[in-house]
Amino acid sequence: MSVVSDQPFDVVVVGGGVVGCAVALLLSHHRLKVALFEARNDVGAGTSKANTAILHTGFDATPGSVEARLVARGYELLRDYAPGAGIAVEPTGAVLVAWDDEQQAVLPKLAEKAAANGYVHTEIIDGNAVRELEPHLGPGATGGMVVPHEYIIDPWTTPLAFATEAVANGCELVTGFRVASARRSDDGTTELTAADGRVVRARFVVNAAGLYGDELHRAMGFDGFTVRPRRGELIVFDKFARSLLHRTLLPVPTSHTKGVLVAPTVFGNVMLGPTADDIDDKEATGSTRAGLDGLLAKGRRILPALLHEEVTAVYAGLRAATAHSDYQLSAHADAGYVCLGGIRSTGLTASMALAEEALEMLTGIGLTAARRPADELRPVHLTSLGEADDRPYQSGGSTVCHCERVTADEIVTAVTALVPAHDLDGLRRRTRAVAGRCQGFFCAAEVCALAARADGRSMQHWMGAS
Amino acid sequence: MSRPEVVIIGGGPSGLSAAIELRKRGVSRVTVLEREQQAGGIPRHTAHAGYGLRDLRRVTTGPRYAAALVRSAEKEGVDLRTGITVTSIADLPDGLKADAVVLATGVRERPRSARLVPGDRPAGIHTTGSLQQFVTLHHQNVGRRAVVVGAEHVSFSAVLTLAHAGCEVAALTTPHARHQTYAALAFAAAGRRRIPIRTGVDIAEIIGRTRVEAVVLTDGSRIECDTVVFTGDWIPDHELARTAGLAMLPVAKSPVIDSGMHTSQRGVFAIGNLVHPAETADICALDGRHVATAVLDWLTIGTWPEAVVPIEVEEPVAWASFDARGIAVRVSEIVTGQLRLTHAGEVQWISTEREWLPNRSITIPTTEMKASRFPYAGPRLRIDVIR
Repeated sequence: MSVVSDQPFDVVVVGGGVVGCAVALLLSHHRLKVALFEARNDVGAGTSKANTAILHTGFDATPGSVEARLVARGYELLRDYAPGAGIAVEPTGAVLVAWDDEQQAVLPKLAEKAAANGYVHTEIIDGNAVRELEPHLGPGATGGMVVPHEYIIDPWTTPLAFATEAVANGCELVTGFRVASARRSDDGTTELTAADGRVVRARFVVNAAGLYGDELHRAMGFDGFTVRPRRGELIVFDKFARSLLHRTLLPVPTSHTKGVLVAPTVFGNVMLGPTADDIDDKEATGSTRAGLDGLLAKGRRILPALLHEEVTAVYAGLRAATAHSDYQLSAHADAGYVCLGGIRSTGLTASMALAEEALEMLTGIGLTAARRPADELRPVHLTSLGEADDRPYQSGGSTVCHCERVTADEIVTAVTALVPAHDLDGLRRRTRAVAGRCQGFFCAAEVCALAARADGRSMQHWMGAS
Repeated sequence: MSRPEVVIIGGGPSGLSAAIELRKRGVSRVTVLEREQQAGGIPRHTAHAGYGLRDLRRVTTGPRYAAALVRSAEKEGVDLRTGITVTSIADLPDGLKADAVVLATGVRERPRSARLVPGDRPAGIHTTGSLQQFVTLHHQNVGRRAVVVGAEHVSFSAVLTLAHAGCEVAALTTPHARHQTYAALAFAAAGRRRIPIRTGVDIAEIIGRTRVEAVVLTDGSRIECDTVVFTGDWIPDHELARTAGLAMLPVAKSPVIDSGMHTSQRGVFAIGNLVHPAETADICALDGRHVATAVLDWLTIGTWPEAVVPIEVEEPVAWASFDARGIAVRVSEIVTGQLRLTHAGEVQWISTEREWLPNRSITIPTTEMKASRFPYAGPRLRIDVIR
């Protein structure tokens, strides 16, 4: 049995998705011995890597819900944090498009709901005005509602920036640690045992385990929610599609899902999706014929010209959906345990507010957290991956990934960073390398060779040999 | 234009050949901008024979062919600059000001995502391009057992590369009723190794969470494998051409050109697999030699066609575009009939009745044409098949 640390941690955050990373970041700003445990080999590699990448105002949340409150708060926190950390945000705005009278009739109710959520900037417009805003929209739009503050954000750099700053400030990051069991000891600590036998002790545990949050919750001795993954398939179109729209095109939502949207991405692409299928397998991130065909049919109606452009990527993400309509947050004093469960697709926006909430809940059950002085803290600035921001290739340096214009220096930096990439997928999220229209036809071998030279592992490792 | 300057973007067979020819014909300043660290293009990583027949009049391997072109370019005094990415032809790097720009940016294979193949996203999925770079340039093994998607020339090139890397090929797949390459190549690569060609099927799904474990075909059958290579299904690397606003062919997704390789924009030429996705390297090289005439006419007397318009095509003809030998044509399905070229309704050229295969290079040799209509720039050319 190997022990990760001789001394118990004050707080162990379980789950290195965007929420867990945000919690670790905030805790690292306090005089605490903090660790972030992630089951995969990298942060942001589960649900967080495959979402619709929107910084939500929360205009359509259920008024009075925890989610509504935290999305609204998280929006401001993340919007303000992003530029300094190198997280690309584009203030595109969004427009909900109504395609029939029934949908049109729902818009005033949505505007009222937005107002109840404290968002008063919506504007209902007619069909002509919608087409004026978005000339490439398909025929038949009857009207719309403009939501000027729905922005787009880089979903990959967000958890990475959080984790990097947390680690820079002393948080220990342990990857490949999948919690198998938890046991409360007499000394008031919790012992977490990993699937591989490693053990860690903590005075307080924060559950940010996402899809596996219900299992950790039960391992901690509690019940109350079950995660049923909701799979969302997405299609990403080539950068030539970016000029077809100015802002995110949202459907009129249903109770089940926000529906299929067409959104620009900060990487300069256009995204179509997601689908919403409730499934049982928490690792089933494959795409399906029916899902893709359905998305294309919807895309053809919303933005017909989109279908003439090449597809650069197809992927599926799993949201940690539960039977409950709201986040499942709870604090348990006897167990020294805070649960951030059932965080759905809004978790990216809410992440920093969830961190505040977690800290408040922890202090509520006995954690003493003294804020470290600002001069003791190390901020982090990563290179923005945003197409609208300055990119390293523009100031010279040889390009390795030509489609995404990624330089050799960026590859080397990503594999030698404080929170380094461990595989090609991690490298893609840190640099955009091999994420472009050729998907590695021109560059995959050179990218793998550079990564291997930089970190000393074999090319076979970077090629994903098993 | 006392010392005209030609900038060629792309240092593959067509770009290098254009540069060599222009220097031989007296253009003083010819610059080739290549984004890779080494010039030579795709043949650099195609380590089997079959290169140089039509341009060098001898057959060699891809890497030797690429090296020979680079040596020739250097010998002829071409200013060959590597590791330089051009992002706009209106704003060339290194402060270059071109009197003529030749786009020779080449072609790529559509990857798995562009073909919308569903399933998991494991490691072990390649195009021929990435496969051959891993194997030829970096001497890597790619896997133990592969499925090759496609059954055209390049698919069999991938089979040869896999064999070289010690990877068994479980099957080639094609949605068409038969393979689309030369019988000799099909036999040399696949036949003698008893590799089955699964016809009438596509890849329906890829299975494997971390590494490819199998593929499911559209007929429901399953093939165990740890590697999938998507071959062919070419698309021009046309980013610069589109960004420059050149008129494009909708199906080939290549710039519209005339028989002199003029594009819709004055001073901009396009050659090689950017304009005919894809022909063999030697044909691209011939394009490079061919374009020199029009570039010289432009530089010296300012010749430019009034209009550069697409050749009209009718299904099952998918697209048609000029190359150095005439008109490169593709059909979208297996069809038997007479291929016909008309101008303003008047037949210019007609083939005998035969079978035409998709993905297979078809050339209408314009030198055989009865009218002195070439070089050609104007409208009303049309290609169809009489069944």
